[in-house]
Amino acid sequence: MSEVAWQKGWWRKDLLSIKELSREEIQMILDTADSFKEISTRDIKKVPTLRGKTVITLFYEPSTRTRTSFEIAAKRLSADTINISVSTSSVVKGETLLDTALNLQAMEPDIIVLRHSAAGAPDMLARALKASVINAGDGFREHPTQALLDMMTVREKKGSLEGLLLAIVGDIAHSRVARSNIYGFKKMGARVRVVGPGTLIPRGIESLGVEVFHDLREGIRGADVVMALRIQRERLEGAFFPSEREYARFFGLSLDVLREMAPNALIMHPGPMNRGVEITPDVADGPGSVILEQVTNGVAVRMAVLYLLAGGTRGEDLH
Amino acid sequence: MPPDTGKRVLLDASGVRRALRRMASQIAERHPGEGDLALVGIRTNGIYIAQRLAKEIEAIEGLRLETGIIDVTLYRDDISRGRPHPLVKRTEIPFPVDDRKIILVDDVLFTGRTTRAALDALMDFGRPALVELAVLVDRGHRELPIRADYVGLEVSTSRDESVIVRMEEAEGADEVLLVGPGWKGES
Repeated sequence: MSEVAWQKGWWRKDLLSIKELSREEIQMILDTADSFKEISTRDIKKVPTLRGKTVITLFYEPSTRTRTSFEIAAKRLSADTINISVSTSSVVKGETLLDTALNLQAMEPDIIVLRHSAAGAPDMLARALKASVINAGDGFREHPTQALLDMMTVREKKGSLEGLLLAIVGDIAHSRVARSNIYGFKKMGARVRVVGPGTLIPRGIESLGVEVFHDLREGIRGADVVMALRIQRERLEGAFFPSEREYARFFGLSLDVLREMAPNALIMHPGPMNRGVEITPDVADGPGSVILEQVTNGVAVRMAVLYLLAGGTRGEDLH
Repeated sequence: MPPDTGKRVLLDASGVRRALRRMASQIAERHPGEGDLALVGIRTNGIYIAQRLAKEIEAIEGLRLETGIIDVTLYRDDISRGRPHPLVKRTEIPFPVDDRKIILVDDVLFTGRTTRAALDALMDFGRPALVELAVLVDRGHRELPIRADYVGLEVSTSRDESVIVRMEEAEGADEVLLVGPGWKGES
């Protein structure tokens, strides 16, 4: 545990990306999340810490897991939560994101959790609002709390991320999860590979310090952690690969392929899974799978982020 | 007048040992042969003190009491006041609290606010049959109606002084100091 980070404390108003975080800040979130995990195992799964704080989740894209996870996290800290999803809001009447946010601000929320299809939307809100903003996924850019819960899960199982080999398999081009994890795992001292068909790996990704593989067996050889990404069938089929069946044949994680991994390697998936496409059921439910633990840790990580942000400065009293 | 930079040793290593032994025998006297008694230490020094008391009580009674750890950070009343939130560490109470007799253990009793937070935290784990409080040092200046059942040393202090408790487990030697507001630590 880093005493240095603790003395420095948490001073950010917002959590917008993993890219902007230091190794110490990531460590501080993960250490805090470790402590929060125990609360969810109690009979009374609640502590009074954020009593009187208001957390708004504002989702412009569909989500069950992430939104629910944030809501549970906020409730276990005794914050009041309000969920706004686009289909039921004034957005359908043509209101812009900024107007919606300013109207919400007028009701004095403390934290806004935003998911939006435009990369950078959370940064824009963060600049405009007094409330803390948490990025819950912006376009293809980042999904910081997902990467944090992935790092927490791996750290829990392996003790540390230092020197581990992570292989991320699938649609790297359209994955904010991949991007956040690349930044995060690299900062924590892991090596990262990306594996997928040429059409789904963005050109120049090597500049992030990752190795690129187009062959699955080669790509996951010796890996300590293999992370399968969701194939967004609605968006991709036909344009980026011929068919799901063909994708499954070349890039689907099956028991047979996984023999290439290091012994005791972990299998991860951010959900929701397409069973039989990017991952076979026997792998998803198999011994190395930590997919449901990722979900459990998601609540702890989000509690940690809410806790730290609620204690940070509101910008104006910096210095 | 410049702030007092002085330092006074309230308890040295043998003083701490004697104080803990006395507290242990008081606990054993009040709860003879009660193996279901449990000691819960408040982070961080309370943990070490709870473990030492358990050891002393074992020497007297031949009973090894269970011990737990409580982190009161999430229950504090001074959180969210424009400062970064302190790091939260784990609470570990590895036994059911319901109907147990529990002694909360802390190093210093001052305003009583930490004790209040610890009581709230403990109640979230269940409904103990009885809760008592053991502290190594009671320095006065209570802001809440709280008192200790077992006290190693009672000392009168002024509000701006600090009581520093050093435990062997963390700092290599046992020591309790009373220092003035201008005290800069040992160079």
